[in-house]
Amino acid sequence: MSASSCSLCAFVKSSIGRKIIVALTGLALVLFLAGHLTGNLLIYAGPDAFNEYAHFLHTFLHGMGVWIARIGLLVCLILHVWFTILLTKENKAARPKYAHDATVQAPKSSRMMIWSGLTILAFIVYHLLHFTIRIDSNLAKMGETSPWHMVIEGFQNPLVVIFYVIAMTLLCSHLSHGVASIFQTLGLRSKKTAGPIKFISKAYAGIVYLGFISIPLAVLLFGFGCEACK
Amino acid sequence: MSLDSKVPNGPLADKWTSHKMDSKLINPANKRKFKIIVVGSGLAGGSAAATLSELGYNVDCFCYQDSPRRAHSIAAQGGINAAKNYQNDGDSVHRLFYDTIKGGDFRSREGNVHRLAEVSTEIIDQCVAQGVPFAREYGGLLDNRSFGGAQVKRTFYARGQTGQQLLIGCYQALEKEIAKGGVTMHSRTEMLDLVVVDGQAKGIVVRNLVTGEISSHAADAVILATGGYGNVFYLSTNAMGCNVMASFRAHKRGAFMANPCYTQIHPTCIPVSGDYQSKLTLMSESLRNDGRIWVPNSKEDAAAIREGKKKASDISEDDRDYYLERKYPSFGNLCPRDIASRAAKECCDEGRGVAPTGLGVFLDFKDAIARDGEDAIRARYGNLFQMYEKISGENPYAQPMQIYPAVHYTMGGLWVDYNLMSNLPGLHVLGEANFSDHGANRLGASALMQGLADGYFVIPSTIAVYLANQKPGAVTTNHAEFKKVENEVKDRLKSLMEIKGSKSVDSFHRELGLLIWDKCGMARDREGLQEALRRIPEIRNEFWTNVRIPGSASGLNAELEKAGRVADFIDFAEVLCHDALNREESCGGHFRSEHQFTESDTEVQDGTTQTGEAKRHDDQFQYVAAWEHVEPGTPPILHKEELIFEDVKPSIRSYK
Amino acid sequence: MPLLNLTLKVWRQENANSEGRIETYEAKEIPTSASFLEMIDIVNERLIKDGQEPIHFDHDCREGICGMCSMTINGIPHSKERGITTCQLHMRKFSDGETIWIEPFRANAFPVVKDLVIDRSAFDRVIGAGGYISVRTGSAPDAHAIPIPKKDADAAFDAAACIGCGACVAACKNASAMLFVSAKASHLNHLPQGQVEKDQRVLGMVRQMDEEGFGNCTNQFECEAVCPKEISADHIAKLNRDYLVASARDATS
Repeated sequence: MSASSCSLCAFVKSSIGRKIIVALTGLALVLFLAGHLTGNLLIYAGPDAFNEYAHFLHTFLHGMGVWIARIGLLVCLILHVWFTILLTKENKAARPKYAHDATVQAPKSSRMMIWSGLTILAFIVYHLLHFTIRIDSNLAKMGETSPWHMVIEGFQNPLVVIFYVIAMTLLCSHLSHGVASIFQTLGLRSKKTAGPIKFISKAYAGIVYLGFISIPLAVLLFGFGCEACK
Repeated sequence: MSLDSKVPNGPLADKWTSHKMDSKLINPANKRKFKIIVVGSGLAGGSAAATLSELGYNVDCFCYQDSPRRAHSIAAQGGINAAKNYQNDGDSVHRLFYDTIKGGDFRSREGNVHRLAEVSTEIIDQCVAQGVPFAREYGGLLDNRSFGGAQVKRTFYARGQTGQQLLIGCYQALEKEIAKGGVTMHSRTEMLDLVVVDGQAKGIVVRNLVTGEISSHAADAVILATGGYGNVFYLSTNAMGCNVMASFRAHKRGAFMANPCYTQIHPTCIPVSGDYQSKLTLMSESLRNDGRIWVPNSKEDAAAIREGKKKASDISEDDRDYYLERKYPSFGNLCPRDIASRAAKECCDEGRGVAPTGLGVFLDFKDAIARDGEDAIRARYGNLFQMYEKISGENPYAQPMQIYPAVHYTMGGLWVDYNLMSNLPGLHVLGEANFSDHGANRLGASALMQGLADGYFVIPSTIAVYLANQKPGAVTTNHAEFKKVENEVKDRLKSLMEIKGSKSVDSFHRELGLLIWDKCGMARDREGLQEALRRIPEIRNEFWTNVRIPGSASGLNAELEKAGRVADFIDFAEVLCHDALNREESCGGHFRSEHQFTESDTEVQDGTTQTGEAKRHDDQFQYVAAWEHVEPGTPPILHKEELIFEDVKPSIRSYK
Repeated sequence: MPLLNLTLKVWRQENANSEGRIETYEAKEIPTSASFLEMIDIVNERLIKDGQEPIHFDHDCREGICGMCSMTINGIPHSKERGITTCQLHMRKFSDGETIWIEPFRANAFPVVKDLVIDRSAFDRVIGAGGYISVRTGSAPDAHAIPIPKKDADAAFDAAACIGCGACVAACKNASAMLFVSAKASHLNHLPQGQVEKDQRVLGMVRQMDEEGFGNCTNQFECEAVCPKEISADHIAKLNRDYLVASARDATS
């Protein structure tokens, strides 16, 4: 084994190395969310704009683009989840319980990262089956012709919307701690930047949250797009 | 027995250099064959262990704490002196030497003190290179302050945590050597006895404080760096665990105890608040740079303050007595520790004390805050003010602090020669545990200097003087003497456990401490000392028949640890009082009420000094009193080492 | 002087191998001006009188600098008061009739020795793995040879204020030692003298930290909230950065 690969092994085995992997993959996923949200918000611009965007995604680089992105994201997701689980197991093993436990300042969001994360993972699986793989044949048919109509149709079921809202709430919680953590873990936080980082993290989580839940809520509660889909 | 200080001949300034040149060296290949035991891991022990290991010796280092980083050197606040003259204010090695000799009231050895001043500069270099974050100026150079009665700025400091930073520097070097294998560290291990084979110190017997296991360790030389005996007074600024056991065990095995009566009382501590009190907290002396010390002029005002009817701010300027400024106009609040302490005691004895117990004086920053602004004072002393507020619950920016003297440092200790070796060959003693450099009184910021000088620069070369004549590994723990001492140690523990009396160890310690503070504290007299010497055997008898130690000797047992230490404090207190009784003079930290200047003295009439000041008797007492142990209850035997002053002329120490 | 009557719930454990349990003690007539440790002294004195074993706890300097005292008070290391060690906590912070939970600093890397006494030797080994600047005694250049900007010297000092008590580990939900390790690394890495061994130091200390069984930092900053010297978690960020750079340099050189 060469010296450099040994260094890499040590890095991947170390606590900080693993955290940096989680932070970098987290960063990729956070950036993906920004793109995903921007695209999603086109739904308000009407079927043409949204469907054109969907078409672009599927034909970008002769259809390769979407697969490169999907594989990249999948790798990030797997690494993110895998290393987080490893770290969490180590963390649980490191700390015996107090008979009387207390917390000084760690926010709730930071203490439930693994649970918010795993719920989001379950959501991602559901979301992919829902809108990407489309196990519902009705939605699958709509997706072929007009993804915009598929989305509107997909949010007609209140249970689906409730699950989306719950998942997005946890995503918001996950991001509010996660985004700031990326800066800390990559060593970009300092006395001067700590305040802005905290603000950016919370603001980003808030924007993502409101952006994503607005669509199912608009469809279900305010009947957005229903005229067209009926 | 004659005591040979082995101070080299020749001009004072050349002694150390020529001694190093004339001493034998140990060849590098042979160094690793020698094993050296170091007991204690503070500034002196830690630096010695690390440096000896760097040189190639095999070192076994012992401390009772859970880590060598916790030794009580860590609590030193103010700073460390060095004759760097970085401030260009006229400092020099000779001036530091002179100030130290004078500060010690001409009761220390010229040769040792000059060497201390010489190596002081190297200490700063060494510590800076290790990464000790000393305070710096905006230009990036080291800052200095004037400290503890010095007329030059020669004190290097790291906020109020100089001791901590120096100890961590030394601890890091020690951990580096431990990781390399040169030092084997035995933490939570206490030395319970010294093993002397054919008249030479060749090992120790220790107790593992966690398992209770007793074991022997042999070496070619033994170094004790176990600190001072301030806790004989029970209440002191020392850590709870500081004790005299290692030194006293060595004393019982033949090492002479020198000048134990020289005890330093620090003027700026937080006053005692109740009988449950376990220790006293020191406020750095640097506070005296800006704070003004006073008590009310009248007893009535003082009583009103004690009863809470008046506040300090209710007393007008005219009704305040800034007694240090009044008595010592040129040094004022910065006069040496013993003088400031005694002056506070006098005020309180007159009924002008201000703390609820009557034992306290004000340290007031009102004028400094008015002059420099609260922010400037906060920048200088913020952490100390905060500490005061945490303990007393009062805001020192608004009301003056209350302070009172407390036992802080002990200048006496085991007798050592110029090579830091005791009269027991092979036994070397460093830092506060030895007696050598501070005479009758230590100047501020000199303890850190001495500890590190001994450990980093002196012992690494002087130990070779002894080792050069030794065959490495000649004595092992198989020697019958080890078995014998081990059995004695076990028997002692067993008898302590078997007493099963009704009083706690602490209650004996408190009783002893009160007695010694009362009779052998800031001021002593013959009658009081004789009274103490009558009472100590009573305390000892009761201790050995009525102390209660719960639990067992196997495993962690804090009460058993304390019992062993208190038993030795009781025996040690006798030596302390004998020494104080013998020294019929006042000097430095030893003030005999019978020996003070009065109106009838010419020195008072001609204005050299004033009434109430310490009166030395150089014609009779210009010597080191080194005491040989006989047996508990029997007075120790006095040996004298005459002090010869070739370079300085002893004079009346005046800070007027 | 006001006196307090308190109920103590104290962790008692005979030794490292035995099971521990919470025991209840009444602490009657405790003066408010006593320190927390003096309160335990008073309780212990009474236990000894009653023929029971006193509560064992680590303590030494009792002025907040040696780092020996290590109690978790009502679930928070060194109590909920900010910027102090247990020995600096005074009973005036409690009210009459209160119940106080007292437990050791908990972390698997800090095994309990007895009652509230723990073994923190893992910290010493982390320092031995790189938390130093190698300079043989006597080989140092003049102290003024390298001027150090005051800003850097102050930053180094802020990190160097660590007393190695382990409260950061005890407070961390993951028993991570990152604040301790980063404080030492940051102290030395801020100084010009510390540059030569910087990469080796960072890699070595982190490796040792991991081997000792501490958990991983999840950026919750409980550590800085309980640190008696109020050391900032910014040092953790710096350690992360230094580690990334050191690993990269190590891999490419």
